[in-house]
Amino acid sequence: MLEQFLYVGLPYAALFMFLIGSIIRVKNFGYTVTSHSSQFFETRLLYWGSRFFHIGIISVLAGHLIGFIAPSFVIKMTTIPLGLTIIESAAFSFAVLALIGITILMYRRIVTSRLYSVTTGVDIFVYLIIVIQIVIGMLVAYYNRWGSAWYASSLVPYLKSLFIFMPDTKVIVTMPLLIKIHTVSAFLFLAFVPFSRLIHFLVYPVSYFFRNYILVIWNRDMKAMRFSQNMREGKKPRNN
Amino acid sequence: MDVRSQIAMVFHLDKCIGCHTCSVACKNIWTDRKGAEYMWWNNVETKPGTGYPTKWENQDIYKGGWVKKGKSIELRGAGKKIGMTNLFHNPNMPEMNDYYEPWAYDYDHLFEAPEGKDQPTARTISLVTGKPMDVKGGPNWDDDLSGTPDYARNDVNFKNISAEEQEAMFQLEKMTFSYLPRMCNHCLNPACVAACPSGAVYKRGEDGVVLINQEKCRGWRMCVTACPYKKTYYNWSSGKSEKCLLCFPRLESGQAPACMHSCVGRIRYLGVLLYDADKIKEIASASENELIDKQLEIYLNPFDANVIKEAKENGIGDSTIDAAQKSPIYKFVKEWKLALPLHAEFRTMSSLFYVPPMLPVMGNKSGELYDTTTKNLWGKIEDSRLPIQYLANLFSAGNQDKIKEILKKMMAVRYHRRQVTVNDIDEAIINEAFDKTGLSKEVADDIFRLTSLAKFDERFVIPAAHREEAIEMLQSTDDHKGNAGFGFNNGVRRVF
Repeated sequence: MLEQFLYVGLPYAALFMFLIGSIIRVKNFGYTVTSHSSQFFETRLLYWGSRFFHIGIISVLAGHLIGFIAPSFVIKMTTIPLGLTIIESAAFSFAVLALIGITILMYRRIVTSRLYSVTTGVDIFVYLIIVIQIVIGMLVAYYNRWGSAWYASSLVPYLKSLFIFMPDTKVIVTMPLLIKIHTVSAFLFLAFVPFSRLIHFLVYPVSYFFRNYILVIWNRDMKAMRFSQNMREGKKPRNN
Repeated sequence: MDVRSQIAMVFHLDKCIGCHTCSVACKNIWTDRKGAEYMWWNNVETKPGTGYPTKWENQDIYKGGWVKKGKSIELRGAGKKIGMTNLFHNPNMPEMNDYYEPWAYDYDHLFEAPEGKDQPTARTISLVTGKPMDVKGGPNWDDDLSGTPDYARNDVNFKNISAEEQEAMFQLEKMTFSYLPRMCNHCLNPACVAACPSGAVYKRGEDGVVLINQEKCRGWRMCVTACPYKKTYYNWSSGKSEKCLLCFPRLESGQAPACMHSCVGRIRYLGVLLYDADKIKEIASASENELIDKQLEIYLNPFDANVIKEAKENGIGDSTIDAAQKSPIYKFVKEWKLALPLHAEFRTMSSLFYVPPMLPVMGNKSGELYDTTTKNLWGKIEDSRLPIQYLANLFSAGNQDKIKEILKKMMAVRYHRRQVTVNDIDEAIINEAFDKTGLSKEVADDIFRLTSLAKFDERFVIPAAHREEAIEMLQSTDDHKGNAGFGFNNGVRRVF
C-alpha cells in the first residue's frame, strides 16, 4: 500500500501539481513570476555561485532527460568503457560544480546582511531541497555504480510506465534505498515548483530569439479598426 | 511613410534652478514603495558630476545603449547573444552601491527614549535591512559641485578637453556648473525594449510611451543594463523592473506629468511630434557626426498635407494632429533647432531634448577682473567659462558647432529683447546677430515668448486621449465592466 502511494500516487499527484499549478501561476498570477534575482545587493559572489550552480544543475538535469528520452542510446554508450567513463565522470563533475555553486550561494546569503530582507522561508526550503537532492544523487552515483547504465535500463522503464498511464512498480521497489529517496524527492521537488521561485526556469524566454528587437503594442489599433469587420479584435493585448 | 505620434519633451536648461521639485513630485506619486525607495525616475544632476547612478554615462562600465557594427547597430551589453549568455549573472548591471542605500530616521526613539543625560537622536535606519546604518551617499550628493574631488572630477564627459581646461573648471574663480534634470527619454529606438527577453518592455503605439508590463516581467534585468541613461530600475522587493511611465494616467486625462506640472522654473515642455517609423533603423545606424541632423529629419511637418493624410491613414486622431501643429516641441526642436538630445551617441533616439544652458557661459575672469560685458557678442561664447566642448560632449556627440549655433541664437534673442525693452544696443549688432543665426524679429519674439512667458497650455499641448478611449488602452471595456481600480483588475468585493 505504501509502495503504491510512494511510487504511483505521489508521482501522479506531484506531476499534476507541477503542471496545473505552474499553468495557473504563470497565467493568472503573472506579477509573482520572477527569478527574484538578488544581484542588486551582491554581485561578486553571485558571479561564481550562480554560474557554477546553474551550469552544473542544468547539465545534470539534461543528462537525466537524455537518459529518459533516449535510453537505448545511453545503454549503448555505457557498454563501451570509454563512453561509460566519460558519461559518469562528466555527470559527477557537473554535480560537484552545482554543489560548489549552491554552497557559494548559501554562504552569500548568510554573510550579506542586505540579503536577509529578500530571503523568505520558502527560499531557505528551496536551498535545502536542492542541496539534499544533489547530495543524495552524488551518493547514489558513488555507491550504486554505474548509474548511467542502470538508470537507462531499469529506472527509465518505470518512469515511462508512469507517463503512459500504466504504472509498473516492479523494478523500483527492488531498488536500493538511496535511489528510492532520490526518485521520490525528485517528484516532491517538481510539486514544489509552482509554489516557489523555482518557477523561473519554466519561463525561460525562448520567444526572445524569434522576435524583433523593438516591440510596439497598439492598445487601440485605429489603423486595424478602420474597417468595421475589425472593430472587435479577437484578443486584446494584456498590458496590465 | 509610416507616420506615428510620439509624446516628446523639451527641458530648457537655462531656466532650471536645480530645486528637485520634479523629483519629489515623482517620488511621492510613484516610487514611495517598498523596493522602490532608491529609485528616482526623475532626478536632477549637477554637471560636471558623476550623476545617479554613479558614472551612468560611462558605457565601459555599464555597457548600455547601441553600438554601430558595420552598417547596422547592436546592443552593447545585452541582446540575443550577450544578454542571454549573461542570464545567470549579469556583469554589467549596477548594484545598490552604485545608486545608494535608502534610509529613514528612527523618529519613534525621540518620543520613546528613556530619560537620560543627553538629548535622544533619530538615527538613520536602512530601508533595506531595517537596521541602523551609516549613510555613505545619496542620489544627489554631488549637488552644486559638493564633494568635487570625488564627484565632479570623475565626470566622464571630459573627452577632448585639455588637462588645463579641466583643471580650470575646478578653480574657485572659474568654477561653473549647470543642472541636468533627467528622466526616461521614451526613445524611438529604445534599448530597454530590445533587451527585454520576456517581451515585457514595450513602446505604446498610440503615443510612444515606453512601459514595462509588470505581469510579463520576469526580472531578468537586461533592461537595466541596456538603458544607457540608467532609467529602468530593478525593484529588489517585487523582483520586477520599473521605470518612468510619463504619468500616462495623467496624460490620458489631459494633465501634464507630475514632474512637469510641478516644475518651479517652468523649464519643461511637452507635446506631440509626428515621425516616420520607417526611417528609425536607418537613422539609428547613421555615423556619429550625422546622428543629430538625421534624427531631426525623422520628425515630420504636421502642417504638410501629405503628412496629415498619411497620419490619418495610420489612425492618428484629429486631436493628435492638432496637438502636433501646436506642439512647443516641434518649434524648439525642428523649427528653431534650439534643443538637442542628451548623448545622441547612445543611438536610442531620445524623445527628450535639452536647450543647452547659457548662463554659466557668460561671465569669465580675465586678469583681475570678473568680466561679464556683453559687447563682444560672438567672442564671449567662444571664450566661454565652461568649455563648449563639455556641452558638446553632453548634447551633440562632441560637435561644438551645434552648441555654438544654439548659444548664438539664444544670445541673439537676448540682444533683441534688450533692444525692445531697454533700447541701448546698436541696431547694427542686432542685425548682424540675426544675419548670422538666420533669425528674424518675429521668430526671436516667438522664442522669447515660449521661453519666458508661455502659460501652462502653451507649454503642455497634450492631445485629448479621449477618456472614453483611454480606458481601452488598458483593457477591453467589455472585460472592464463592473471592475474597479487601476492596473490590475480586481472586482469590488467585501472581504469582511
